[in-house]
Amino acid sequence: MKTEITLIVNGEAVRDVIEPRTSLADLLRDRLRLTGTHLGCEMGSCGACLVLLDGTPVHACLVLAVQAAGQRVDTIEGLNESGDIKDLQQNFHARNALQCGFCTNGMIMTAHALLSESTAPTRPEIREALSGNYCRCTGYEAIVDAISATAKQRATNAGAGK
Amino acid sequence: MKSPAFEYLQAQDIADAMSAYDSAEGDAVYLSGGHSVVPSLALRLQAPALVIDISRISALSGISLEDGWLRIGAMTRHVQAMNDPLIAAHAPLFAAAAPFVAHPAIRNRGTLGGSLAHADPASEFPAAAVAMRAELEIVSPQGIRRVPADDFFKDIYETAIEPGEILQAIHVPCPVPGQMIGFDEIARRRGDYAMVGAAVQAVTTDGVADDVSIALFSVGDRPTRAVSAQAVLTGSPIDGAAIAEAQAALCDDLDPPDDPQFPAHMRLHLARVLLGRILTNLKVVA
Repeated sequence: MKTEITLIVNGEAVRDVIEPRTSLADLLRDRLRLTGTHLGCEMGSCGACLVLLDGTPVHACLVLAVQAAGQRVDTIEGLNESGDIKDLQQNFHARNALQCGFCTNGMIMTAHALLSESTAPTRPEIREALSGNYCRCTGYEAIVDAISATAKQRATNAGAGK
Repeated sequence: MKSPAFEYLQAQDIADAMSAYDSAEGDAVYLSGGHSVVPSLALRLQAPALVIDISRISALSGISLEDGWLRIGAMTRHVQAMNDPLIAAHAPLFAAAAPFVAHPAIRNRGTLGGSLAHADPASEFPAAAVAMRAELEIVSPQGIRRVPADDFFKDIYETAIEPGEILQAIHVPCPVPGQMIGFDEIARRRGDYAMVGAAVQAVTTDGVADDVSIALFSVGDRPTRAVSAQAVLTGSPIDGAAIAEAQAALCDDLDPPDDPQFPAHMRLHLARVLLGRILTNLKVVA
């Protein structure tokens, strides 16, 4: 039997009637056409489907959409429009931290969450944070570079602003 | 893959959840963090008619001290096990084990109770629960009972929880003065399932170990208490000679299976190496 749910996606209230088996990722992609959330493994291994659920990164493939009812979901589209990740995007671009781009949504989500908690993460800390994100193209080095560079830029800008 | 269709109910309280389970005549699963249940549905390893969401039941949340025990609600997320100050102080092996459990986004959502109830023999929290001599609070329609961790884990994915029952909380006895702990595992990559892992807690008085508790994981069908190694270590200082004896004694405690990735004798060897590492690096927590 279908269930009606409401949730906040990228700041807008969304109401839909869905099958309970619908994952949050399928709701975002198939119903709301927010296809920046990628589905790789659908079992929590690859990290391509990360979204923010009430501000915390979670696998959208492992959360049933009905479980997210009443909660706030932010996807890569929302973060993109807000401008909050502009510097991360620029650094990923500048350092060739993506090739096919399939994993990039998850990488950016992880990086965004890490940099909101830690202003000067070390490379091992960045690697630890990225441990649940698979990239099959780049070998990770450039991704770690891009996140590290963003952290340093933000620290410099924060210092200059004082 | 996608899950087969099922009905969904968000339970308001435990009575509500258990009565739904009863109405489904057992063709139901409880859902908390969903990080084992949802993939098992997607892989079609199970196909219940009803999924009962227990994640918003308030009785399953909260962390509090009660008469020398720390009571940890089953819905406590892995990330809380890693960062909560009460858990760090009073159930330190859970805090020590948490960074080894999967990856950050999984830890944001997966629950301590879910990990224990799932009882994967390669997972970290069950061994930590055994080493700390935790007790598991299980609710059934008849009432509440507490089962010691040593009796809780029965087999691969099998526990003392009977069909329809719910794991409500985990009780951990608070550390006594002089208590030390150690936790480590050997895995091919960080976050992968361990080839072997161990949780250790020990109390020494005047340099002599008088209570040693060792639980290994990924060595058999459930977390395994190393009774012989514990006996060897008890009554003497935990020094090089005692550690070597405890490592040797592990062959009486473990009977790991051969598997396609590596043979039993390699797992036993790794267990000895790991136990040596942990015992030489025990950290005082109280």
